[in-house]
Amino acid sequence: MAPSLEELEAVQDVLANPLKQKPQLVAPEPEHCPGPESEQAGVADSCAGCPNQKICAAAPKGPDPDIPVITARLAGVRHKILILSGKGGVGKSTFTCLLAHAFATNPDTTVGVMDTDICGPSIPKMLGVESETIHVSSAGWSPAWAMDNLAVMSIQFMLPNRDDAIIWRGPKKNGLIKQFLKDVEWGDLDFLLVDTPPGTSDEHLSVNTFLKESGIDGAVMVTTPQEVSLLDVRKEIDFCRKAGIRILGLVENMSAFVCPKCKHASEIFRATTGGGRALAQETGIHFLGSVPLDPRIGMACDYGESFFDSFPDSPACAALKGVVRELAVQVGLDGKDIMLE
Amino acid sequence: MSLSKIKHIVLVLSGKGGVGKSSVTTQLALSLSLAGHSVGVLDVDLTGPSIPRMFGIEDAKVTQAPGGWLPITVHDADQTTGIGSLRVMSLGFLLPRRGDAVVWRGPKKTAMVRQFLSDVFWDELDFLLIDTPPGTSDEHISLAETLLQKARQDQLAGAVVVTTPQAVATADVRKELNFCTKTGIKVIGVIENMSGFICPNCSECTNIFMSGGGEVMANDFGVRFLGRVPIDPQFLVLIETGETPRYPEGTEVNGQDISTPAQEPDADGTVKKTALLVYKYQDCSLASIFKSMTAEVISAAQQTSSG
Repeated sequence: MAPSLEELEAVQDVLANPLKQKPQLVAPEPEHCPGPESEQAGVADSCAGCPNQKICAAAPKGPDPDIPVITARLAGVRHKILILSGKGGVGKSTFTCLLAHAFATNPDTTVGVMDTDICGPSIPKMLGVESETIHVSSAGWSPAWAMDNLAVMSIQFMLPNRDDAIIWRGPKKNGLIKQFLKDVEWGDLDFLLVDTPPGTSDEHLSVNTFLKESGIDGAVMVTTPQEVSLLDVRKEIDFCRKAGIRILGLVENMSAFVCPKCKHASEIFRATTGGGRALAQETGIHFLGSVPLDPRIGMACDYGESFFDSFPDSPACAALKGVVRELAVQVGLDGKDIMLE
Repeated sequence: MSLSKIKHIVLVLSGKGGVGKSSVTTQLALSLSLAGHSVGVLDVDLTGPSIPRMFGIEDAKVTQAPGGWLPITVHDADQTTGIGSLRVMSLGFLLPRRGDAVVWRGPKKTAMVRQFLSDVFWDELDFLLIDTPPGTSDEHISLAETLLQKARQDQLAGAVVVTTPQAVATADVRKELNFCTKTGIKVIGVIENMSGFICPNCSECTNIFMSGGGEVMANDFGVRFLGRVPIDPQFLVLIETGETPRYPEGTEVNGQDISTPAQEPDADGTVKKTALLVYKYQDCSLASIFKSMTAEVISAAQQTSSG
C-alpha cells in the first residue's frame, strides 16, 4: 500500500492555532508533537511519555495577547496586501517593489513594505536601502525610508555584515515577524505590502495569524508561465483557500522575451499548460495580466532604482501599469487615483 | 541505516529561489547516470517539490516496505548503453493530489527531513543528490545536523551551490555560502545558471539576468567556479513535453554541431516521445556543459572519500 500523508488534514489545526509564546521545553519536540502552542499541547495521544508533557499542559491557552497590540499598531494602515507565490525566483520581491514604486508615484500616498523573507531578504537591495540600519526610539523601531513616502522594514537592516547567513528555525522567524508588526512604527500608511518567501510554512502562517484581526485585503499571486512554477503556485492557492485569505489576483511574470536585436519574441519559460491565464481560469482567480521578461527590470532591481522612472516607455512598464490598475480596482480603489500619468 | 551503502552525498543548495536548483539537480543526475554511475535524488523541498515534475513521474506513488520507503525508479542500469540506475524520492510522491498545499511549521519539516534520510531504501548508490528548498532554515539546519551526525566524513562530498548572475540573487547565495562555512559543509563549487540567452531567430546572446555574478562571488569566497549554464528553452520543452531538443542547423556548442540529433526520429519523422529522458537529454545543448561540470563533481567527491 502506498503511504500518504494522513497529516494533511492537520492544516486546519495549524491554521486554527494562534501563535503564542512557546513554553520552555526540556527536550526537543517529538515527531508527532501537536505543537507546544496548540490547544492539544500536553493532552494529545502523542504527548504520553514526552518529557515536555507537563510543561506543555501547563502553558497558558487562549488567544495571543500580542495580537490586539498588533491590531492597535496597524490601526492607521488602510490596505494590507500580501505578495505570495509557492515558487521561488518568480519575481515576488520585484513585483512588491514595482507595486510600491507605482503606489508611491502619488506623493499623497504613503506606502510601507515589510520583507518577511528572513533567510533571503531582497527588498532592501531592490529599493536601494541596503546599508540602512534600524533606529529604536520610545515609539518603537523606525523603518528605513526609501523615498519620502516609502517605508521599508527587513531583517537585512539588522545584520552586522551584508552577507551574514540567518540560520534560524521556524519559531525564531515567527518571533521576528511579530516584532516587525508589533514594534515597528509604521504610522499612517495607505498601503502595507508584505513580501513573503516561497513556500507554505512558518512565515506565511504567522503573517496570516498576526494580521487576521486587523484585516488583510488579500493576496497577489505571482507566477512564471511554465508548469514547474504553476504547480507550486497551485499549492499556495490551496493554502490561501484553507486559510481564508482572499486572492486579489494572479500576475504572470517573465512571460515572453523580446530579443533586443531582431524583436523576435521567445517564450523562455514556455507555458506548455496554458500559463498563468489558464491557471487563473481553472481556479477561478482574477487574472491581473502578464509582464514580459525585460532584462532592464532586473537591472533596475540590482541598482535599487525605480523601473517606472528609468524606463517609462518600455512595453514592460505599460504592462505593469495595467496590472497595478487592475489590482487597485480589486482592493476597491479607482485605478486612476493612484497612478500619476 | 539507509545511507550506509551510498558512496558519495552531494547537496544542491542556493539561498535564492527559482535559480534552477531542481533543474541543476536533474541534469547532474542525468549526467552522472550517463557516466555510468548509479544515482539517487532526494528532494527535501517539502512545500514546493519540483523533482517529480522534472523527471516526468508526477503520478508515481511511493511503496512502503517493512521499515521504510522504496524510492521511485526513473530507469534501471543498462549495461548495453552503459547508463547507471536513477532513483528518486520526494514528498510529491506522498501527496494525495498534486495541487495540495503542505502547510507545515518547522518541527514537522524537521521530522520529515530526518525520516527521508533514515527511512528510504536506497540500496547501493554511487551518488545521492539532495535537492533543497531556498533559504537557510529548518530543512537546511536539519539536513546539515543529520548528515554531519549520520553520514561518514568520506561520504559527504559537499555542496554544489547554484546562483543566477544578477546581484539580487548572489546577495542571497552569499548567505548560503556563509551557511556552509558555519555548518562545516564543504563547497564543491558554484554553478552560474541562466547566464545568457541565445535568440533562436538571430543567435544574438542577451544576458537577461546579467552575466558573471556567479564567478565573481566564487572568487570572493575562494571556492571553485564550475561554469556558466545558458538559458535553453529546449531543455524546458524536453522536461515539460518530452520532446527531443532540436536546434536550427549550424548550432554549435563547444565547437560541436548539435543540430543533428543523436537519437533517430521515428519513421514518420516525429521525435520518439517514448525514449528514456536520459537518452533524449544527450541531444540537449546543456548536456555537454553538464558533462564537464559533472566530471569535476565526481573528482571532488572521489578526493573526499580517499581522504
